[in-house]
Amino acid sequence: MSDKGYNANFINRQSFIELDARERATALFDAGTSRELLGPFDRVESPWLPMQGVTPQADDGCVVMKGKITGQAAVVVALEGAFQGGSTGEVSGEKMTAALDLACADNEKGIPTSAVILLETGGVRLQEANLGLAAIAELMASILVLRKHAPVICLTAGTVGCFGGMSLAAGLASYVVMTREARLGMNGPEVIEQENGVEEFDSSDRALIWAIHGGEQRYATGLADALVDDDTPQVADAIRRFVSKGVPPAHRSSQVTLYRDRIEKLDTSRQWDPKEFRALWANGSNEEKR
Amino acid sequence: MSEYTGVRGTVWFRALTGQASPMPGDPKSVLTADAPLGNDHARFLCVVPDPQARFPCARHGEVGLEEAFTLATRVREVIEDDKNTTKRPIIAIVDVKSQAYGRREETAAIFLAAAAAADAYGSARLAGHPVITFVVGHALSGAFLTHGYQANRILAFDDPGVMIHAMHKEAAARVTRRSVDELEKLAKEITPMSYDIRDYAKLGLLYKMLQVENPEKPSDQVIRNVQDELVGAIADARRGPVDLRNRLESKGALEMRKASLLVRTRLEAQWLED
Repeated sequence: MSDKGYNANFINRQSFIELDARERATALFDAGTSRELLGPFDRVESPWLPMQGVTPQADDGCVVMKGKITGQAAVVVALEGAFQGGSTGEVSGEKMTAALDLACADNEKGIPTSAVILLETGGVRLQEANLGLAAIAELMASILVLRKHAPVICLTAGTVGCFGGMSLAAGLASYVVMTREARLGMNGPEVIEQENGVEEFDSSDRALIWAIHGGEQRYATGLADALVDDDTPQVADAIRRFVSKGVPPAHRSSQVTLYRDRIEKLDTSRQWDPKEFRALWANGSNEEKR
Repeated sequence: MSEYTGVRGTVWFRALTGQASPMPGDPKSVLTADAPLGNDHARFLCVVPDPQARFPCARHGEVGLEEAFTLATRVREVIEDDKNTTKRPIIAIVDVKSQAYGRREETAAIFLAAAAAADAYGSARLAGHPVITFVVGHALSGAFLTHGYQANRILAFDDPGVMIHAMHKEAAARVTRRSVDELEKLAKEITPMSYDIRDYAKLGLLYKMLQVENPEKPSDQVIRNVQDELVGAIADARRGPVDLRNRLESKGALEMRKASLLVRTRLEAQWLED
């Protein structure tokens, strides 16, 4: 794992971040085992975008693939950050939920099927507002059912990151895998600055943004289970590892007492230095401890 | 923002439980009480403003770290208590303007806190508790995902003071680079963008809209009617499956969520083609 430091062989690295959603999804499967479902040729598009003069995309920015990971059935759902910021619309949201429900049904039939969700998204697509929000609520409900049977692994590689309502889906995942280039949080810096002023969050302070939302910090504070380099074999390896690991004994989002106590202990009279916060929450509940 | 945020929550919490206080050890911003409802003894939860809240960005009725983990605690308590007995109803009274937008919140992972509350509500539903959401004011974005959107049944007042939406108007206008007027005009034509509860109702996500006069000062008769509606929703939830399929199988969804239904049918067909 990369917590030992950057891969020295970085020149030979195959960037994962540079791949589009379809290539990312394919890269996670055992070679030659994957096939796309409801792909661009099916042309199931957003009915709401054309009504607003926005060009829809034939896959609505969401790629669903079924295949095998370490020989076991798996479904991968990848959001395309390059289309409408990876935002959740009616169609892209329903593709995710339906894929997870089908995986759940297979588990119930005795076919162990894991799910990997690749979240590169700012959250709800505002042009589809309430249907996007509803889709995220329904996706969350489906994650809660599926993760009883099989792991739901969230991968946020960057560069969009995972924000808004979709960050709650990440919060429900069995495992979270991130790169240093990825960010995970509920409210992005721009939104916080708009709502509560530049003193609360200076959205032009790149170092601050990464120190709070970045993969390294999330991993160091036990909020992500693996930190990987931007290297396709390394990313795929981490996913295989968590598929093999299966359902964790306790999901992070169910560890209410642990986190409630931690929040209670925080000194809220001032802002915290992210490094000091790292010391407080170090190695909280990531995979080794769980 | 609505001038009612917080007022209606407290009014209705008191109307349905006879009190309006947090449980011992809880922050003042989360009201929890157990009270009779029909033949049940239901647990009621509500997030209200606390101007002295420990977290500065959660002092106006926002759902922040403490609120989310308190909700999670109080919902999980019911799941644990009722493990081997009748599953009590859980009623989420919703009047929340937003999640808390703050640096402390992001550092301490408000996404996880929000997920923990949603996890608790969703787990209660899956365990067989009728989870009923009663929207009396605002139910916005991440705050609604945290507190209310995992319910089996959602009821809301048919009233201009009620708003269910992904983002408040001013922010949505900024993000989509429109004026508030333009946004409102567009929202009238695109149902899922609308801020009007009657348009929201068309999406098929609501179990029922309740007609009430003067929701800030309900009469005893109005309160009794609302209690009857909640009892009806509880009975309906107990008759149905514990998942959320009712939302997509509703009459409204058949009309407004045709694309969702198409996705499900075609994805399932292709899934089975192995």
